[in-house]
Amino acid sequence: MLGSGLLQGLAVTAKNLAGSFHDPTRYVTTEYPEQRTKLPENYRNFPFLVHDDPADPAGTLRCVACQICEKECPPQCIYIVMERDEKGKALKRPKVFDIDVSVCMSCQICVEVCPFDAIKMDQEYEIATRDRFGGLLLHREDLSKSNEYYHQIHPTEAAGVDAALAEQKAKQAAAKAAKAAPAAPKPAAATRSTTAATPAPSPAAVTSPAPAATPPAAAPVPPANPPPTA
Amino acid sequence: MSAPAANPLPLLERLPVALRDACTNWLPESWRWLANSLLSIVAVFVVFATLFALLTLAERKILGRVQNRPGPNRAPLPFLGLRTYGLAQPLADGIKMLTKEDIVPRGADRVLHFLAPVALLAFSIMTFAVIPYGRTLLPVELDAAVLYFFAAGAATELAIFMAGWASRNKYSLLAAMRALAQLISYELPLLLSVVAVVLEAGSLSTSVIVEKQGAWLFGILPQWHVFTPWGFAGFLIFFVAALAESNRSPFDLPEAESELIAGHLTEYSGFKYALFFMAEYFGMCALSGMGVTLFLGGWQAPFPALGFIPSYCWFAAKLLALLFVFMWIRATFPRLRIDQLTRLAWKFLVPLALVNLFTAAFWVLSAGWAGPLAFARWVVAGALVIGPFLALGRRLSAGLGPRSYRYA
Repeated sequence: MLGSGLLQGLAVTAKNLAGSFHDPTRYVTTEYPEQRTKLPENYRNFPFLVHDDPADPAGTLRCVACQICEKECPPQCIYIVMERDEKGKALKRPKVFDIDVSVCMSCQICVEVCPFDAIKMDQEYEIATRDRFGGLLLHREDLSKSNEYYHQIHPTEAAGVDAALAEQKAKQAAAKAAKAAPAAPKPAAATRSTTAATPAPSPAAVTSPAPAATPPAAAPVPPANPPPTA
Repeated sequence: MSAPAANPLPLLERLPVALRDACTNWLPESWRWLANSLLSIVAVFVVFATLFALLTLAERKILGRVQNRPGPNRAPLPFLGLRTYGLAQPLADGIKMLTKEDIVPRGADRVLHFLAPVALLAFSIMTFAVIPYGRTLLPVELDAAVLYFFAAGAATELAIFMAGWASRNKYSLLAAMRALAQLISYELPLLLSVVAVVLEAGSLSTSVIVEKQGAWLFGILPQWHVFTPWGFAGFLIFFVAALAESNRSPFDLPEAESELIAGHLTEYSGFKYALFFMAEYFGMCALSGMGVTLFLGGWQAPFPALGFIPSYCWFAAKLLALLFVFMWIRATFPRLRIDQLTRLAWKFLVPLALVNLFTAAFWVLSAGWAGPLAFARWVVAGALVIGPFLALGRRLSAGLGPRSYRYA
């Protein structure tokens, strides 16, 4: 009948009007500054630097200023200067670590190339500033955030990183012990092998570890660490 | 506005008039009528200006809820910082409108450009004079109140064309002409549906029309006009025409904000624009009030047992319910095209209103029928309402089957 469609339409809007008062699946608004939705774990926007001890953020940065990320960064928004002592010896930590977030494109390549799990993606999205030059250039102090914070924002990923780092540390300790205690046949090769093994930590938890990754150093390694996986 | 002396009314019923008399009876007798009239004007204006402010908020809230969002809820009360569900939003809107720049185009007729919103608002307020808000609350007792109401209402069309003309903008002018076409088209079904009521009541006085709806069928069912076949049809026609007359969605073509620039309001800004907005809401309130008066029993209670609640409360409740339907419809229907709009008026509503006039005439003539004839009266009147509606609806929608959509 003429007009029945109109009544159907009115019924739909009435249902929504009433439903918005009692049905949370209809009324989905989050009143933003007061309420916040939980961000998905894989959400990312800009990188930050992980440090291990909140009491000494500058001293425990994982970053060794190797500048791999600086070189890989496609829009070249990272600027690193390594810290050196008065004799000019590298201290393996950054004196300057700047990221221009107005240039950063959140591609995560810096995170993927970092051998030390030192740079990770942040979830901080309230980065609006009144100063578009200074305010968007983040320095080492702004970027440095604790490992606990990393666990908060990316729990699964952080747990994996921690496990890999712990395993790597155990490996290093075992290698050191093997080098120190028994008769060390080739000390130079053993030290070289441990440094060569470090750059491939993340897939180490899986079954086939180092041999495929470092074929030239593989030959002398097996006596150094007989059980590859825990 | 004189309380009948016969049976004294309850206190709450008398209260508004008693208050007014308390304010004015220190004046000499010859001045009292003037003071009383001025007080009535102030009261009506204050009540409806407040209602306008609350309606703008209610409309946005209801639209929000229909769209599953909260609507405005942030404006805090001044100096307190309390967010009372956005209750201060009208205040914030008013201050914003007052502080905006008022731009008059260089080529515009400055006098008419200023006069148009003022005239529109003035005519809208004039219509409030003859609506009976309660048993004793009728600002002006006129014998030809219905005629006066629609004359004043039709004068707003003049103001709309004035706005379009004075802006000296071809878009404004074209839009104003289009608005006129719409308003004049819908005057006809509006008035024809009202004529049926006048025919039944035998009077043009709004207070008489309301009094006549005060009887009870079987001592319990109200005898409002909407509960008769012709009254039901008349009310629907009146309501659709009122939607169009007050430029409300789905007939808000004169100021179709998403398609046109703003119609005849293109060259208006600041508080003049707010006046147009106010006049639109006043027109909506006035037409709703007239609809309540003519069809929904005015200030009469729906059941005899509820008669202890003051009559103006019943009027307010019915008015607010009708205004809610206005907003509900705005939240539901998309806007019509101009040809669909005029076709609906001329090909559908006007014929139906004319037939409805005959139905009302039959109803008046058969008023004396009793017993089984009373039943026949209902059947005949019902057939006279439903038959033309179905026939006309089928003829107009012939060939317009359900659309099938093909997605590439």
